[in-house]
Formats: sequence, C-alpha cells, structure tokens
Amino acid sequence: MTSSSFNRDTLLDIYIRTMKIARADEKLRSMLMTGKLAVLYYTVRGQELVSAAAIAALEQSDYLVTTYRGQHDQIAKGVPLDLLFAEVAGKMTGTCKGKGGSMHITHPETGVMVTTGVVGSGLPIANGLALASQNRGDKKVTMVCFGDGATNIGAFHEAMNMAQLWKLPVIFFCQNNRYGEHTAFADHTRVDSISTRASAYAMKAVKVDGNDAASLYTVAREAADRARAGDGPTLIEAMCYRMMGHFFGSDFSYMSKDHLAEMAAADPLPRLRALMLEHQFTEAELDAIVATIDAEVEAAAKFAEDSPFPGPEELRIDVFETEIAA
Amino acid sequence: MSQKFTMVAALNRAIDEAMAEDEGVIFLGEDVAAKQGGGVFKVSSGLTEKYGEHRIRATPISEQAIVGACVGAALAGFRPIAEIMLMNFLTVCMDQIVNHAAKLRFMSGGQTNVPLVVRTTTGVGVGFGGQHSDMLEAWFAHVPGLTIVTPSNPADAQGLMRSAIASNDPVIFIENILCYGITGEEPPAGHRVPLGKASISRTGSDCSIITYGRTVLDALEVAGQLAEEGISIEVVDLRTIAPYDEDTVLASVRKTGRAVILHEAVKSYGTGAEIASRLNETLFGKLKAPVMRIGGSFSPVPMASVLEQAWIPNKDEIKGAVRATMNWKT
Repeated sequence: MTSSSFNRDTLLDIYIRTMKIARADEKLRSMLMTGKLAVLYYTVRGQELVSAAAIAALEQSDYLVTTYRGQHDQIAKGVPLDLLFAEVAGKMTGTCKGKGGSMHITHPETGVMVTTGVVGSGLPIANGLALASQNRGDKKVTMVCFGDGATNIGAFHEAMNMAQLWKLPVIFFCQNNRYGEHTAFADHTRVDSISTRASAYAMKAVKVDGNDAASLYTVAREAADRARAGDGPTLIEAMCYRMMGHFFGSDFSYMSKDHLAEMAAADPLPRLRALMLEHQFTEAELDAIVATIDAEVEAAAKFAEDSPFPGPEELRIDVFETEIAA
Repeated sequence: MSQKFTMVAALNRAIDEAMAEDEGVIFLGEDVAAKQGGGVFKVSSGLTEKYGEHRIRATPISEQAIVGACVGAALAGFRPIAEIMLMNFLTVCMDQIVNHAAKLRFMSGGQTNVPLVVRTTTGVGVGFGGQHSDMLEAWFAHVPGLTIVTPSNPADAQGLMRSAIASNDPVIFIENILCYGITGEEPPAGHRVPLGKASISRTGSDCSIITYGRTVLDALEVAGQLAEEGISIEVVDLRTIAPYDEDTVLASVRKTGRAVILHEAVKSYGTGAEIASRLNETLFGKLKAPVMRIGGSFSPVPMASVLEQAWIPNKDEIKGAVRATMNWKT
C-alpha cells in the first residue's frame, strides 16, 4: 500500500486540483454576474475538495462519468480549462463544439466520457464502460459521480445490483451534499446514510467526510485498487455541502440558518489551506500556486470570449456519423 | 438453397458472424445465455457455448441497466447488442435510448458515438394484449440520432442485422413475433443489407403500398389479389423506417401517382403521417389521389382474438384504400 498512501506530494496534488476548481468556478460566477456569460450553470462551490481528493486517486486513463453539476469532477480529471470555458460559453472551440454546454462536458482524452443532465442516468452507463474494461482486461477503473438525490431513482438500484453481480470495476461516488435540488436529505429518504443502501446489493460501502482530504483520498484509492484487482465495485458516500443554490442565481432560502452556519464552518477551502500550512507549505508557496492557476483561468476565459460560435451547419453534423444533407 | 431458413435462424447467424469477427460485439439481455436457454425466442441459442458468458451476458430484469451498460460499452468502443424482450419494455429505458444513446454523439461534438443495437420483439395477433404488442417505431423515429429498422423476411433480417451491428450509431431493431417462424431463401454468409435503403418487393404501375415489417406480407397478398382485378400494385418495403429511403418512395409514387401507407402501429401520429406529408410536400400536383393511410385502431391492443383481429389493419381495408385511390375523381 505504500504507493497508495497519502503523503505530502498527494496533498499538493489535491491542493492544485482543488484550487483550479475553486478559481474556475469563481471566475464563471463572476462572468455570469457581470453579464459576460448568460448560461445555465450549476456552481460547484463547496464541493471542490471532494472531487479533487477522490479523483486524485485515479489514473488519467480511468473513466469518469458525472452530472450537470460536474465542473469540479471534470477539472479534477484534467479537462483543459480553455476547452471547458469555451464549452460553457457555447463556443466552437469548446470540448463539444458548444453543442453540449456545461451540462454535457465530454473529453475522452482525459477519460471524461459522459456528463449527463438526467439524475441517476450515469450509473448504468458507468457499468458499461467498466464492462468493456473487464472484458478487455485493461485494468481501467470507472468512477461515476452523483448526488444524494440520485439514489432515489431506479437507475441507481438497477446499476448497483448489476455492478455487484458482475463484479465490475466501478466506483460509485456519491457526493452527499445534503440536498436533492431544493429538498433536504432528511426529506427525501428515511435512511440515515446512502452507504447503508449498498448492503441491499452485497456491495462494499464506505462513508467518509468529503472535506477530509486524507481520508477521502485513502478511501478512493482503496476502492480503485479493489476494482483494478477484480474485486468489484465500491460505493463511497462523501459528506459535503452545496454552498449555493441548485443552479447559479437560484434562491436557497429553503436552507435553514443552522444549515448555513454548519456549512460555512465546514468550508473546504480554508480547511485545506490550514492543512497545507500544517504540512509545512508556506503562505507564499500557496499564493504562488493560486497565482499560476489564476493566470490559467484568465487565459481560459479570454480564449472562450475570443472564440467563435458554432455555425448553423453544426445542426446537421454529429447527429449521425454521416452529415445530414442540407 | 434451403427453404427452411427462418427469421430466428437468420438473426442468430448474423449475430454469430459478427461475434466471430469482432471481440467487441457483446450481447446483453434477460435470459439470453445458455444457462437460461438462449433467450425467450432463442435468437442467442448456441452463442454462449461459442463466445462465453463474458460476451453473452444474461442480465437481471433491469432494462435501464441493460441499455445503460450497452451505451457505456459502446462509448468504450464495443459494439453491444441489447435484447429488450418486448417493445413495450423499451418504455422503461427510454431515458437511456433517447437522452443518451441517440444524443451523445451530438452533445459531445462528435467526440464519442454509440454503436449500439437494441433488438426488440413485438406484434399484434398472438393475444399478448395491451403491454406486449405495440409497435412504437414512430416514438423513436421522432428522435434525431436513432435509426429504426425492421425486416420482413429472413434474408433481410440477416443482412440488416449485420449492418445494424456494423453501424457506428444506435439502431433500434424491431422483430415482429409473427415473423419469427417465416421461412425464406438463405442468403450467403456475410450477407448485408444497407441501412436506409428500401426494397421494391413487387413492381407495379397503378398504386404504391409503402410499408415495412409484417405488413409487407399482407401488402404482397393484397397485391396478388388485386392483380386479378387488373390493378397493378407496387410494394415498397422500407426496411429502414427512419431515416427512411425517401428517394425510393418518391420514385415509386412518381411512377404510380397513388400511395397507400400501411403499418401495424396505431394510425394516428404514426410514421404514415410523416411519409404522407412528405409526399404531399414533394408531389402535390402530380398525385392522382390523396395519399391514404392504414394503421391499427386508436385503442390499446386488446387480448380477445376477435377484438385483436378487429384492431389490426386487415386485407379488406388495404384493398378498400387502394380502390379508393383508384376511383378518386378530382
């Protein structure tokens, strides 16, 4: 387990991924605020570390499936920021030529195979990617990210059952941000934890503090090792907070004062910075990292802004393999 | 040439050939492996013994998980075949078909694609009732990105299945339960029928019957009977329902000037409406009579045989529609 143990290099890696996610999200929100962007955007504020720590435990060649609130997962997996910003802005230079947008970011080069806008739909697809790996023996792992809300839809249960039945190399990564759209966790299920649902399928499950970098990384690494070894899937439930509304700009007055206070106290960004300082990284080093990231984010925003929109002929392209005749 | 070559044998052979050629062809569905008897309709009979349980995977009763797994495997470069036992069960996995299989190529800007075949069975006339009989092809035809195919004879079944598996886009492959046992000429190994190409099953000069699947057989029978009355019918078998071979349809109707569109699915909002509309848009001044449509009744498919026979488009209706076009006075 030496190769998979959490160390100072791992922490630095997680910090860089986390700050990339955080600064990109902040930039996108400021572009929306100032009217530079006018798109539907599901902010990832509060869930930066949860993706960074879990996905740091994967290889870039591993597959990832995520949801409309997936910017953090895509950035953690390595999707280049310029392509991502251009896609969010609906530009021709985006990952998907502007045809997908933030809800459908796809980038096979970094293993981001599907981003779905339908809650729960990614889980059955993840099984298929994993099935391909199992038949090929390529030792790839598929991670599928979803929220607590997704665990009430049928696809979750069908996929969990099938994955365990066939011992597929999948990590079911539930980022339990305690809200399914506007509905609090306690108001959408009687179970105390999503992780308990795994026992219904004889699947291994772990519940972890999603803002604890070391614990989450270790859990994700173990799940990846198990999957690679042919020992089957794991359900990881990482507790975290969605620190803003369901989509950017939407009201979240349904969150209680207590919840807001609890959430503010658990903010992963100051907590991670404190952890970095504890591990003898200096303020100056951390600031320099963020400055480098900010430059990359600014360049990505400019790239997106300067890029052209797709032309109308794109409506006939990529519907089928063969372009539809005009 | 054997005359005992059935549609089930044709489908089995096409899948067998494709699996022998390409490790990436896998087959998922309920009861499909050897242990379960090779599928309810035996289309996968003998394949587990040849290709193993890792490629012929009997699944739990989980349509979303079946099609979803096939979508995922297709994204990874496989050519999966999903068997969804009955067409009505596609309604429980519409999300995977409509929102994912059909759209991922477009939504990813062409970075990914879904070479998937969803095989499914249906058909009116065997008393399976309201939830086991529907022809829902128009639902899928309405979705950009899907190709919908149905064979009317064993040779086409073999050839269309090979092409469907080879397609780099998702194909819904509809098999009519009443056609499984029909026999026909055995095509050579490796036989392929291109997607998107109709065939002229019978040539004629007075009226075109445009149809597909099981009702091709009805159309041919009616054409034979009407020939005795001196009416010359051309039967166009679409084979690919969507996107359909408009060139062949237009050429036939240009020649005959009359068209009857026939399908087993409910007539209202069916594929006949789309084809009729396209004919009107293109050939309005050249038509000798309005384009007629024949389809199932606007009710759920009933179980009682007498009702089922009243529901299904019958040969007298087809003849009536043809005669109406022949007798049309402008």
